[in-house]
Amino acid sequence: MQPKPFQESRIIESKVLQNSIILDDVGKVFPNGKEVLRDVSFVVNPGEFVSLVGPSGCGKSTLLRIVSGLLEPTFGTVESHSEHIGYVFQDPTLLPWRTVAQNVRLFTELHGIEARERQALTADAIQLVGLSGFEHYYPKTLSGGMKMRVSLARTLTLKPPVLLFDEPFGAVDEVLRDRLNEETQSLFLSEGFAGLFVTHSITEAVFMSSKVHVMSASPGAIIASFDIPFEYPREHGLRFSSEFVSLSKSVSQVLRAS
Amino acid sequence: MTAQVDQLADKERLIDFKQLSRGRRLARLTLPPLVFGVCFLIVWYAIAYLVLDEKRRFLLSPLHEVLQVGFFDWDNFSRILKGLWWTGRVSLMGLLISIVIGCLLAMAMSQSKLVERAVFPYMVTLQAIPILAMVPLIGFWWGYGQFSRVIVCVVISLFPIVVNTLLGLQSAEPEMHDMFTLHNAGRLTRLQKLMFPAALPAMFAGFRISAGLSVVGAIVGDFFFGQGPAGLGQLLRRYVNNVQGEELLATIIVSSILGIVVFWSFGLLRKIVIGKWYEAA
Ligand SMILES: Nc1ncnc2c1ncn2[C@@H]1O[C@H](COP(=O)(O)OP(=O)(O)O)[C@@H](O)[C@H]1O
Ligand SMILES: [Mg+2]
Repeated sequence: MQPKPFQESRIIESKVLQNSIILDDVGKVFPNGKEVLRDVSFVVNPGEFVSLVGPSGCGKSTLLRIVSGLLEPTFGTVESHSEHIGYVFQDPTLLPWRTVAQNVRLFTELHGIEARERQALTADAIQLVGLSGFEHYYPKTLSGGMKMRVSLARTLTLKPPVLLFDEPFGAVDEVLRDRLNEETQSLFLSEGFAGLFVTHSITEAVFMSSKVHVMSASPGAIIASFDIPFEYPREHGLRFSSEFVSLSKSVSQVLRAS
Repeated sequence: MTAQVDQLADKERLIDFKQLSRGRRLARLTLPPLVFGVCFLIVWYAIAYLVLDEKRRFLLSPLHEVLQVGFFDWDNFSRILKGLWWTGRVSLMGLLISIVIGCLLAMAMSQSKLVERAVFPYMVTLQAIPILAMVPLIGFWWGYGQFSRVIVCVVISLFPIVVNTLLGLQSAEPEMHDMFTLHNAGRLTRLQKLMFPAALPAMFAGFRISAGLSVVGAIVGDFFFGQGPAGLGQLLRRYVNNVQGEELLATIIVSSILGIVVFWSFGLLRKIVIGKWYEAA
């Protein structure tokens, strides 16, 4: 019999593993023979916010689908030690026949959470994204930004330790996008989830993330990674600081060279 | 078919009435059809009195005579009302059966590609068969009673319900399905919480088309079978044979009203059920 290691260190170790995602040489070839991803390896640790930037069609969505379990990788492995991974799609994907509150409630229903707890989780999440008072509105009456908030709230009800974002703010105007970036960041800080964020906006990636991976197309592969050293919480004005601009420039250069 | 109906509804909405005052809005809404209706009446009377001489006026009796003979003569009018009752009953029964069978069929097709591939070609074929060619066969098999009339209605109104319901059930976006998959939703949950509600707009479009077709089926069946209590179809035939022009036109008017009422009530039902959330794209 092996001697047991100290309880304490085991707990720490398992906690580290619990919330992280580890991709190891992930490759994807679709049945039609198209190679979309090759040798993608990276880690998302608890408390990290990692962005993937790359030209459209380079396999970012495919990668998120693999991480979430919707798709199987053809090569390599994805380890995830989180019981639930949240997924925010590019479209808000709200059910038009449900009100804001009913939409936010959906995932808790699907997971069979009992009514009273469901109610509380729903109310909390709605408040978190600042939609109190809009509970009984139908999606058709909401603006694009509000729909996105509903989508975010719906994901947050289950308090996922890891959240995947697939260009969630790609369709909104720049001013609104900046604001949603800041709000998402404060949720990231208050709720403590780890984020894997796909975008084609360099500013968005640098502003949000502690790490940015740049992908090239056909097949999608990571060609460079940047550590983003700015302290959280990050203020709106950071985007105009010279450090931010020069960091964005280096990311952009790699992206353009790819 | 669905698209056409929806486009019509959209066109009505597109015209921006909001900027006009109430009175002018009302005038804009009612005046054009009113003017057209008056023109229509003028042409009607012109034909009745100027084109047709007295001996041939039975071909197109003027409206007031149609009203007098067909609607204000209780004997005639009660006969037409009875015809309306029988025909309305048959078309409603046929429609309800079509809705039940059609929705179940579409649901089975949505749950299994195999069933869809097996059944869909026949649905298309059913639609392609001229219904008049089927009517004698239906009578040959099931006799000339009410049952056969209902069958005619079902055959003629089934296809739009199946197709619309199936398209509706398949209309939820792939991302929404992904979302349900991510949260381990079973078939039944997916059907109940995603596919079925998503299908409702298309289903109602199908119901409305089929409701009109079912009325047509009931009249055609009654016209052809010509036995049993007289529905609108039998009356139409009788009035043609007896050269009763006023009664004929009155029956046609009542048939049209039946069709319109059925069409409208499904529009209303649709509004009640999905109006709150549905936004015609
Ligand atoms: N199921 C599939 N079968 C074949 N090719 C696919 C499939 N899904 C996506 N692709 C292809 O994979 C490539 C990457 O797609 P995607 O991951 O959506 O890119 P991105 O999100 O970076 O824009 C695209 O060229 C797309 O056509
Ligand atoms: Mg994508």
